[in-house]
Amino acid sequence: MSADTARTASNSFTATRLPRLIELYTALGALAVSGIVIALIGWTTTGFLVLAAALYLMLTGVVSGVVENRRKAVDRLVRGLVTVAFLLALAPLVSTLYEVIVRGWQALDWNFIFTTGGTIIDPATMKITNTIGAWQAVIGTLEITGMATLISVPIGILTAVFLVEYSPPGHWMSRTVTFLVDVMTGIPSIVAGLFAFALFTLVVGPKAFSGFSASIALCVLMIPTVVRSSEEMLKLVSPELREASYALGVTKFTTIVRIVLRTAIAGLITGVMLAIARVIGETAPIFIAASFTNNFNGDLFSGAMQTLPVMAYTGYKFPSSDIPASLQSAWGAALLLVILVVILNLIARLIAWAFKPKGLQ
Amino acid sequence: MSKRIEVNDLNVYYDKFLAVEGVSIEIEPRSVTAFIGPSGCGKSTFLRTLNRMHEVIPGAHVTGHVFIDGDDLYAPGVDPVLVRREVGMVFQRANPFPTMSVRDNVLAGVKLNNVRLPKRDADDLVEKSLVNANLWNEVKDRLGAPGSSLSGGQQQRLCIARAIAVQPDVLLMDEPCSALDPISTLAIEDLIHELKSEYTIVIVTHNMQQATRVSDKTAFFNIAGTGKPGHLIEFDDTTTIFSNPKVKATEDYVSGRFG
Repeated sequence: MSADTARTASNSFTATRLPRLIELYTALGALAVSGIVIALIGWTTTGFLVLAAALYLMLTGVVSGVVENRRKAVDRLVRGLVTVAFLLALAPLVSTLYEVIVRGWQALDWNFIFTTGGTIIDPATMKITNTIGAWQAVIGTLEITGMATLISVPIGILTAVFLVEYSPPGHWMSRTVTFLVDVMTGIPSIVAGLFAFALFTLVVGPKAFSGFSASIALCVLMIPTVVRSSEEMLKLVSPELREASYALGVTKFTTIVRIVLRTAIAGLITGVMLAIARVIGETAPIFIAASFTNNFNGDLFSGAMQTLPVMAYTGYKFPSSDIPASLQSAWGAALLLVILVVILNLIARLIAWAFKPKGLQ
Repeated sequence: MSKRIEVNDLNVYYDKFLAVEGVSIEIEPRSVTAFIGPSGCGKSTFLRTLNRMHEVIPGAHVTGHVFIDGDDLYAPGVDPVLVRREVGMVFQRANPFPTMSVRDNVLAGVKLNNVRLPKRDADDLVEKSLVNANLWNEVKDRLGAPGSSLSGGQQQRLCIARAIAVQPDVLLMDEPCSALDPISTLAIEDLIHELKSEYTIVIVTHNMQQATRVSDKTAFFNIAGTGKPGHLIEFDDTTTIFSNPKVKATEDYVSGRFG
């Protein structure tokens, strides 16, 4: 016992250290000081937080530099900076979610989801009835995005299979495809919408609004995302598994379908779901290609179609005579869209978990 | 079941690079042949030409002939898929299919080739292959467990069971024990001894003790320098190669003077 204490006392490896919770104390101190200062010169929340962050960074740096050493001071400073950056990145996300939930919550109930909303003018009495509802937009969003997925996923995954399994590395064909996919990734969504609208105007004639043409616009945005993520997933499948399969006398086609795609399926599904989440909230291309409507239109191939993001936009920008109701249903549509994306993500995770190769802890 | 391999003046290329030059060798049925030699001398490359697995690497091709019981593997119109059903292969690293159970891994060769087996026959095949691979007693209670949940040595024996479940004539093994501990290595060497009665076995190994323990004949490959092609230097009974080699380079290698 005495030998142990003697050893600790003369240990040359010890260095002065600040108490364990010093960061918490510093943060509380910075908040308090900043609160007082800002309250004296006029309260702003942003100013309060910015000043607190700056004070905290200075305090930790100086205190640690004086009590500890330079290396630890830099460590604490950088750790503080990274935390501030993280909170800064989180702020818009949390604030958006908060706003959407708080404002959309009042609009949201089963009636809102399952009623076709809109403005009806009775020609006899000229009486205007406003109904609040998003059913036509829910159906439109699901149909347009579903069709886009149906077209993009086979094209995207087959392209990825071609790039990874069939084309020799560095072949001109694969380089061209990769280049085009990269270019497509950068296409602004409004251009995709114009492309689809122009295409359908050429094919069908003027006023060619249809959900299907919006699906085509979304495909342009979705295919490169699907190709890219699927390509990465297929590359992750170990070449040893392919060799093992070939060595059993299995054909290349069967190897790709039953071994490569089967092993990568969890990642493929996640990639597809991310692509869906990416396009489901697109407004501009759908607005151009499918226009908007207050009528229920379940036919993908003819007539204007309403979707949730477009409903949020038009409800806000071109409100009906009952302005508060329009605004509220716009927020409701926005919240509904967020919920839809969350549900899709959850489903994707469930599927990915179910298909994940087992026993790879 | 077991077949004779005859190789005539085989050159192996990666694109224009000549990796192995002028190999001629005769491998008897029901025997174990070991390929030894320093790293990069082309023994694995040569092994992979015996079931046309080298073609998986883009740009790889050969000139010359490999006969398996008189059938030329490199004759025009030969389907590599059919070749690989007759000549099985076990790799350096165990590679069970991660999405399949132990049972499905054994049946993979059969199922992936779309052969329909009645359940009873499938069960028999699984048991027979796993018994032959000395793995049955360890996994018989967890045939439904994922293949990748087994230990490294068990996984390698599972891969051997998978390879012999398609009933090949020849079994090629590319350093099957290099990633295993001595006990698993011993289990696999015992297995090679047992499989010898039914299969022609060719094994690449870096472990010369292993070559002396398992093989009847040994082939020594060497390379003159980096960028030069590998050659078959000497091929003889294992005892001769290790006790009384005819070529100086073989003696230097097996006595540990280089490599």
